[in-house]
Amino acid sequence: MQLALFIIFGGLALAGALNLLFQRHPINSALSLVVVMMSLAVLYWSLGAEFLAAAQVIVYSGAIMVLFVFVIMLLNAGEEEKTHGSRAAYGAGIPGAAAIFCLLSFVFLSERDALGKVSVGGFLGNAVDNIAEVSATLFTKLLLPFEVTSILILVAILGAVVLARKEQ
Amino acid sequence: MSHLTNFEVFLLLSVLKVAVVLVITLMCVAYTVLLERKLLGRMQNRWGPSRVGPFGLLQPMVDGAKLFLKEDLMPLAVERPLFLLAPMIALGCALISVSVVPFGAVTRVSGVDIFEVANVNIGLLVILGITSIGVYGIALSGWSSNNKYSLLGSLRSTAQVISYELALGLSLVGVVLRAQSLNLRTIVDSQSAHGMLSWNIFGGFQFVAFFIYMMAAYAETNRAPFDLPEAETELVAGYHLEYSSMKFAMFFMAEYANMITVGCVATLLFFGGATSMFGHVFDGFLNTRFFNAVFPVLWFVVKVFGFLALYIWVRATLPRFRYDQLMSFGWKFLLPLAMANIIVTSFVLAMRG
Repeated sequence: MQLALFIIFGGLALAGALNLLFQRHPINSALSLVVVMMSLAVLYWSLGAEFLAAAQVIVYSGAIMVLFVFVIMLLNAGEEEKTHGSRAAYGAGIPGAAAIFCLLSFVFLSERDALGKVSVGGFLGNAVDNIAEVSATLFTKLLLPFEVTSILILVAILGAVVLARKEQ
Repeated sequence: MSHLTNFEVFLLLSVLKVAVVLVITLMCVAYTVLLERKLLGRMQNRWGPSRVGPFGLLQPMVDGAKLFLKEDLMPLAVERPLFLLAPMIALGCALISVSVVPFGAVTRVSGVDIFEVANVNIGLLVILGITSIGVYGIALSGWSSNNKYSLLGSLRSTAQVISYELALGLSLVGVVLRAQSLNLRTIVDSQSAHGMLSWNIFGGFQFVAFFIYMMAAYAETNRAPFDLPEAETELVAGYHLEYSSMKFAMFFMAEYANMITVGCVATLLFFGGATSMFGHVFDGFLNTRFFNAVFPVLWFVVKVFGFLALYIWVRATLPRFRYDQLMSFGWKFLLPLAMANIIVTSFVLAMRG
């Protein structure tokens, strides 16, 4: 059951990501990104991270992507032209992406014991109330990074207000 | 059912529950439309629909038949796939959120709780998440219609929904703090001790949160007095202008299904869900298994019905907001008030706890 969910939604996420690249109209690309976000949420859920799944849906697909779509609608962006792109990107891009993929998987695989691991659907069997655990970690061990991130977002909001304000 | 395994029983009963809940929700949607027309009529000193069937009770059936049989026009310049997808997103999201609502006491048949489709640990967040996905239906319908009135309507609606979502989410935090859980069943149980006195709105002192929730929810469902996305005098009909026949009906049904969801959430979070308003006073009265299952459902239905009537009453009473009033009301009044409510509630809980 969990394996089937993983295969279906992993495939959906991959298909959405590819569609995001191949679509020429920005609104279709944005909607493909929504599909990717939702599939990721289901994958989180199947790993037992319920709160992360809900936050993914509410924050990313419900707020951020709506704003993306909103901006695209406001700017009335049309279809894009297909160009050949720069030769340097072709030359460096594919090996670069492959190198990053190899590096990340090497790090994750070699540090497997330190990072801890879950099996697909493992948490569903012996459910822990992970909202309580997430918040306990967030407000004790990770308090400083949490507050710093809040201040960072506050600075961004103030910046937006300053930029958007009319000159008197 | 001895020759079926536990999983098969669970699966069959779940499919049955989904089908029954879906049909009942759709019937409720149809009859909410009739209720609105009747009540609005009475409030405006006229009869409302009264010709089809006794008291006009068959009106939703003929309305449905009419909408099915109408010609389905599609303008040539629309963005076809998105134009078709938009009403499906709107209606789908509106109907899915009913699936986590517990509408009765825990009643197990073969080990399956029959009065709730899915008991999820984060039920409240699921409802909020699905509501926030529902925005795409409105946003895409306006954009794909290729019509400036539709686009304006959907832009207004998107901005409105995103703005009021914050106040709505924050107004519920006080309740979650009191119940210490996001599970809707647990939230209901936390208010069931002394009937009406332990409901969050009275005993829990969450009436500020309740009024913020109601106002934000009216804006979220695009209902009067916040129905600017479909303001007839300015935008013809707003985002569903180019839709006809069943596709128009899907938007219409989505609006009413969202009203029902809002009523359900308000009942669950502030009015003690499916528990009796008298608490345990009449526990000995009609104490059989059947009545113990039926009465909670009745309480729930009565409370949700009250919220639907309130929706209609507000629509008949209040004029529409202006757009800048709407935005400043949401951001400068409701949002700070919701935050103040969270701070006061958590302070009091910390003092007592």
